[in-house]
Amino acid sequence: MVNESDVRRIAELADVGIPAEVLPTFTAQFNRILEYFDILDTLGDECTAKRPLHTVLREDVVSPSLPQEAVLANAAEDEDGFVKAPRVM
Amino acid sequence: MDDRFNAYLLRSDVPGRRSGPLAGRTVAIKDNISTAGMETTCGSRILKGYVPPYDAHVVSLLRDAGATINGKTNMDEFGRGTTTENSGFGPTLNPVDTTRVPGGSSGGSAAAVAAGLAEMALGTDTGGSIRCPAAFCGIVGFKPTYGRVSRYGLVAYANSLETIGPMGRTVGDISALLRVISRPDPRDSTMQGLPYEHDPVPSVRGRTIGVPAEFFGEGVDPRVAAKVRDSIETLAACGAKVVPVSMPTMKFALAAYYITCTSEASSNLARYDGVRFGPGAEVQRSWHDAFTAVRAEHFGEEVRRRILLGTFALSAGYYGRYYGKAQTARAQVAADFERLFRSVDLLAGPTMPTVAFRLGELADPLSMYLADILTVPANLAGVPAISVPCGSVDGLPVGLQLMGRPFDDETVIDAAAAFEAEVTA
Repeated sequence: MVNESDVRRIAELADVGIPAEVLPTFTAQFNRILEYFDILDTLGDECTAKRPLHTVLREDVVSPSLPQEAVLANAAEDEDGFVKAPRVM
Repeated sequence: MDDRFNAYLLRSDVPGRRSGPLAGRTVAIKDNISTAGMETTCGSRILKGYVPPYDAHVVSLLRDAGATINGKTNMDEFGRGTTTENSGFGPTLNPVDTTRVPGGSSGGSAAAVAAGLAEMALGTDTGGSIRCPAAFCGIVGFKPTYGRVSRYGLVAYANSLETIGPMGRTVGDISALLRVISRPDPRDSTMQGLPYEHDPVPSVRGRTIGVPAEFFGEGVDPRVAAKVRDSIETLAACGAKVVPVSMPTMKFALAAYYITCTSEASSNLARYDGVRFGPGAEVQRSWHDAFTAVRAEHFGEEVRRRILLGTFALSAGYYGRYYGKAQTARAQVAADFERLFRSVDLLAGPTMPTVAFRLGELADPLSMYLADILTVPANLAGVPAISVPCGSVDGLPVGLQLMGRPFDDETVIDAAAAFEAEVTA
């Protein structure tokens, strides 16, 4: 079970924001979903399946990439060929 | 084009090459698949105005094959939903009955095909997002084996589960589309380089079809179950051997799926900060404040819920209880499929437990998640699965689901073709 302050804390960690007025509903829904996940507490440990896939490796070589202008075209703000972002510090 | 179902987010008329296997045929593309020069929003307001500078591999292949791309289709925001009501741009309506949802998340693609606005469409399937709307709209939808179609240019939601796949009115059409889109691509490292080069052979003679009891359990509408059982009898009459089987790990599948997909989504969606694409963040504010403000304003409620669930499942102190256990459960589901496919060639059951819901009917998130119970097992195990129309209940379409061995997509398509030939004869 989680409480409203747990949900608020997770929302802060995930940077999604959660308005105070929906917090009680969100918390109640969250708990119903977590309760459903409790089925996994009845799971045994045995687990032997392997997926029929293998990792595809390649040489690390330079290949053509998108032109800088094409990449910057979708940025709201850019400066001197770079994307302008909010300050981190 | 009269799109009264809100199937499309963007309409276009971009012809491909003049020759090729799909020359002159129209294909609609789900809006989470990148199209160079055409807005691609994933049904989210946070990507409003985003125009990809490159084509997804499948889109390049369609253009080369001569297909006319006639638009981008509506979807639940970033694929999070089973109804297409969670789109940032309004719900899509089911062309069979406009008071009903088309299913989701590829609801726009299914509605476009069902309404005759496109001959075929591409969808994506992470937990049933091709098969569910195909069943609800009365068309054919196919989730290929994971690793058979390149995901390059697909906007990621849950990488280990999702595949691009074909939707159409006939099994022949989805087979033709799969032939085009399954060409190898070194840019997707999970691609196995096994292109589908098959022409459907409408036959199930000599095949063994397992019918898991769990696919007809609690929550499955008995009228839907009866239609599907009749359809399996039809396959038996066509020469298949039908045997009852059991899939005990089904009870873990939905929890394993939702924990895995929300965890992967919480990581994938971290990139939407409004800075490199999207609405723009206030550069004067601190990073976290600016980031939170953009995401709170532009992400819908279901997307935020899934990011929160995934962040929680991966957080210190809970990782072992949720994410860790979900991976064990996932491996057990895959092992169950492997065991069953030693004695059967195909598994059959309903695609969805019910017919299409009324708009607004699934207001509670958990009841929407429960509707995915019959489709998520195939994604957890990566196996191919098709939904083919098999009649109706109260005038609403029902889908028969057939699943096969990994990379044996051909047998699944042959069986669906046999069923289709028998019921349309």
